[in-house]
Amino acid sequence: MLSVVIDILSWASFIVGGFFLFVGSLGMVRLVDFWARLHAASIIDSAGVGLILFGMMLQGGLTLVTAKLALIVLFLFITGPTASHAVANAAFMSGSRPHEMVEDVTATPPPAKKKTATKKTKAATTAATKGATKAKSTAAKKPAEKSAAAPKSAKAKTATGTRKATKPTTRTRKKT
Amino acid sequence: MFSFISLLIFLCMAILMVRLFAGPTLYDRVLALNTFGSCTVLLIGTVGFLAGRPDFLDIALLYALINFVGTIAVLKFFRYRRLGDAAEDEESIMAPDPEEAAK
Repeated sequence: MLSVVIDILSWASFIVGGFFLFVGSLGMVRLVDFWARLHAASIIDSAGVGLILFGMMLQGGLTLVTAKLALIVLFLFITGPTASHAVANAAFMSGSRPHEMVEDVTATPPPAKKKTATKKTKAATTAATKGATKAKSTAAKKPAEKSAAAPKSAKAKTATGTRKATKPTTRTRKKT
Repeated sequence: MFSFISLLIFLCMAILMVRLFAGPTLYDRVLALNTFGSCTVLLIGTVGFLAGRPDFLDIALLYALINFVGTIAVLKFFRYRRLGDAAEDEESIMAPDPEEAAK
């Protein structure tokens, strides 16, 4: 009776784990990008391997075999994410970026226009005060530099803001 | 039971082989190789059960650890172009600061 239950349980974990293995390996081939393939590899490393080793542990019973399998699960669950992180970090450092990613949108605050406006005024005021306090020659140089630099950054930020604003609307339109 | 799952693992390894050879960048290949190694660990375990000799699990355990070390070694080699030489590595890690260079 018990052996039948254990067999059914290990069959179930084998089938579900095999499904995850198959889906993960299909994803490794079909997905468009390295950063998308990272997800597929993680599926294989966590769900597939874990479930299949769990099924083997059920078949092993309470013996040394199960202890070894538990050790394998432990090491794979420590080393798998670490290796994935190392590969992702190396790819990021080499300059690879996700597909269609333009800029780090999360780094810019949501109300883009107001922020850039305040930053503009701030830069202008700081430049003005610096120019007032400092000597004439430096004062003549510094505001010119700052006024030249500030509109550029403001333009870049508004560009990202408009991108960020347009992207979700197109997505929602596609969904509806 | 074990023959079924080992055949499935074989199938997945064959599919992973495609990405391993066709991966456009180095990192695709390294990722596929790491996953392939995980599948190999599973295969060694299931084949050991299939043969009635679960002692193969020692080899599987060793393979899991070596696989991780190998992945890190490949990544380190392609980042610094050399293995070992800890003192020289520190020099190459510490890239010249742009602020200090400006000073």
